Amino acid sequence: MNDHYFQTQSLSVGYDGNALIHDICLDIRKGEIVVLVGPNGSGKSTILKSITRHLELIGGKVTLEGKDMGLSSYAELSKKMAVVLTERIRPELMTCYDVAAMGRYPYTGRLGRLSDTDKEKVERALAIVHAETIAEKDFLSISDGQRQRILLARALCQEPELLVLDEPTSFLDIRYKIELLQVLRKMAAEEKITVILSLHEIDLAQKFADKVVCVKGDRIACYGTPEEVCTEDRIRELYELDDGYYDAVFGSLELPRVDGVPRAVVIANGGSGTPVYRKLQRKGVPFVAGILASNDADYRTAAKLAAAVIEEKPFEPVGDETIAKMKAAIDACEYVIVADVMTGSGNSRIGEIIDYAKALGKVR
Amino acid sequence: MNQKSYTRIVAVFIGLAAVFGFLVILNMNTGNARIPVNEIVKIIFLGTGEEMDYNIIFKIRLPRVLMAAILGGALSLSGFLLQTYFQNPIAGPFVLGISSGGKMAVAIAMIVLLSRAGTVSSYSLIIAAFAGSMLSTVFILLLSGKIRNMAGLLVGGIMIGYLCSAVTDFLITFADDSDIVNLHTWSLGSFSGSSMENVKISAVVIGVSFVAVFLLSKPIEAYQMGEAYAQSMGVNTSVFRRLLIFLSSVLSATVTAFAGPISFVGIAVPFLIKRLLGTARPLCVIPAAFLGGAVFCMSCDLIARMAFAPVELNISTVTSIFGAPIVIYMMLRQKRRM
Repeated sequence: MNDHYFQTQSLSVGYDGNALIHDICLDIRKGEIVVLVGPNGSGKSTILKSITRHLELIGGKVTLEGKDMGLSSYAELSKKMAVVLTERIRPELMTCYDVAAMGRYPYTGRLGRLSDTDKEKVERALAIVHAETIAEKDFLSISDGQRQRILLARALCQEPELLVLDEPTSFLDIRYKIELLQVLRKMAAEEKITVILSLHEIDLAQKFADKVVCVKGDRIACYGTPEEVCTEDRIRELYELDDGYYDAVFGSLELPRVDGVPRAVVIANGGSGTPVYRKLQRKGVPFVAGILASNDADYRTAAKLAAAVIEEKPFEPVGDETIAKMKAAIDACEYVIVADVMTGSGNSRIGEIIDYAKALGKVR
Repeated sequence: MNQKSYTRIVAVFIGLAAVFGFLVILNMNTGNARIPVNEIVKIIFLGTGEEMDYNIIFKIRLPRVLMAAILGGALSLSGFLLQTYFQNPIAGPFVLGISSGGKMAVAIAMIVLLSRAGTVSSYSLIIAAFAGSMLSTVFILLLSGKIRNMAGLLVGGIMIGYLCSAVTDFLITFADDSDIVNLHTWSLGSFSGSSMENVKISAVVIGVSFVAVFLLSKPIEAYQMGEAYAQSMGVNTSVFRRLLIFLSSVLSATVTAFAGPISFVGIAVPFLIKRLLGTARPLCVIPAAFLGGAVFCMSCDLIARMAFAPVELNISTVTSIFGAPIVIYMMLRQKRRM
C-alpha cells in the first residue's frame, strides 16, 4: 500500500550541531497531506526547514522517491519542491504578478525572461488562489493574508511535486483559511502533490490532514491518521491543557467550566443551548443544563461547560426520575433560561417543566 | 511586464543616454579654454585641429570624462549589488569599509614608500588602493561565513571600516605634514589627472565585471526575494553570495584605486534609478544604474571643475552635497512604508 514517496530516516534536527528533535521517522505517500502540530516552540519549523534544506541535518537523511535529497543540487530540487516560508519578504517595487512569476525561476532561461507558457502558468496559479484582481498591485501594499496567497501562487508556479508550508494559515481570516486548505486538498487530489505543512490550529489539522504529526519534546509524540492522533487525551497532553477542553469530535475548543453551586438552569436542546452555555460561562455563572438526551447536539458542550447535566437516554421518553431531578434543580436555582426547545413525543414532558418554572416566576 | 511599464523603461534609457551624450560634450567643451563643439568633433573623429586643443581633449578632458563615466557607473552598480546582498538600502562600498581599506593601504604606501624610496608613483598608489579594498572584502567574506544574519554582517562591515580608519589615523599621527596633505587630497577623490592608460585599464576591469554582473541578473532577482526563497528556487546561495561580494568589491576597489573614495554615489543612484524605472528587476536596473552612475559622476565632476573655477572642488564634496539629501529623503520614505 505504501509507496515510500517521501521518507525521513532517523532524522535529527536542530541548530549549530545540537539536535533538538531526534529520531524523526516519517513515511509519506505521494499525494498525501501531512500536518505537523505541536505547541509553540516545539520545533515544527525546525523540522520543516531541515526538510527544505535551509538547515543542515544533524543526523539521518531525507529521501524523495528513494533518493537522498541532500545529494541533489538546489537546481534539481527546485523543480520538485516548493516552499512557503514564515519569514517576511520585502521585495522592492514588485507587483504581486512579479512575485508569483519568480516561481518560474527553475524553468526560465539564462536571463530569467518569461515565455508565453510561463505567463500562462503564472496566470493559472494566480487564478487558483483567487488573486487575479490584485495581480498588478505592489506586493508591499497588500494585506498579510493576500501576501500569503501570492506566496502560495509563487510556490505553485514552481510546479512542485512536494509542497512544504510553514504555518500558511497565520494572518488569514477564516474564509481564506478554508480556501487555502481547499486549494491544497485539490492540488493533492488532482495533481498528486504531496503537502507537508505546520498548523497551529489543531481543529483544522484534524479536519484537513491525511496524517498528523505531533511534535513535542525531543521526539515525535505521535504520528498517524487524525482519528488515531486527535483524541482528547492526546491533545490535552500535547498542549498541556490543564484548563479548558478540546472536543475531539467537533474539533472545538472550550474554556474551562465554572464550578460552584448552580445559579441558573438552562432548558434547551438541539443546538439552541450551546450559545447560552457559552454566554453563562463567560459571565462566570455555574449552571445546570437539561433535559438533554446524550445524543443531543448540545450534550457535548453541556458536558464540558455545565456544573451538572440532567440527561436522558437517547430515543427514550423522559421519565419521572428525570422530571424530579429537573424540578429539584429549578427549586434550587436563582433563575431559569428557556431557549428554543424542540419537542416531540419523546420529550413532550419538557412543557411540564417549563410551566413549573413559570409558576415559580423564575423564567427570564 | 505590461506595455506601460515597458514604455517607461525604454523612455528612461533613452533619457539617460541623451543626458549622457550631452554631458560628454559639455564636459569637453567647457573649461579654462573653451573648445567649440565642431572643433571637438573634428579632433576626435578626424584627428585634426589645433595642437593645443588636440592635447587638451586627448590628454585631459576626454580621459577625465571617460573616467568619471566608467567609475561612476561602477560605483553605482557596486552599490546596487551590495544593497541586494544585504537587503538594506544603505549598504554601499563606502559604508562597508571597502573604501576605507583602500585608504588605509594608500596611507601606508605614501608614508612608507616616501620615507624609504623618496618617491611614490601613481601606479603604486593604484595597486595599494586596490589591494587594501580587496583586503577589506576578504574580511567581510570571512565574516559572512560565520554571521548568517544580514544586519549583523552589515554591522561587521561597518566595523571593518572603522578599524581601517583608526589605523589610517594612527599612521597620520606620525606622518609628515606633506604626506598628510597628499593623503587628505587623495581621500576626497578626484578624476583629475586621469590618463588614457588609466582609462583603458579600468575599462577592461569594469567592463568584464559588468558583463559578469549582467549574466547574474537572474539569481540576483531571486535573491531580492530573500536568501531562503532564492535557495528554494535553485540558487546555490553560498557560492552566489561570495560571487556577489567579490564582484561588487572589484568594482568599487577599481574606483578607489583610480579616483579615491567617492561617497554616496553607490547609495543614491541605484535608489533613484529604481524609482525612475518603476521596477527593481536587475535585468533593467543593472545597465540603467551603470548609466545613471556615469551621468551622476560626470555632472558632479563638471560642477567640481566649474563651480569655483579656477579652484577645483574635490569630487566627494560635490557627490555628498547632492547625494546626502537623497539618502535622507530615501530614509524618510522607507519609514513611511514600514
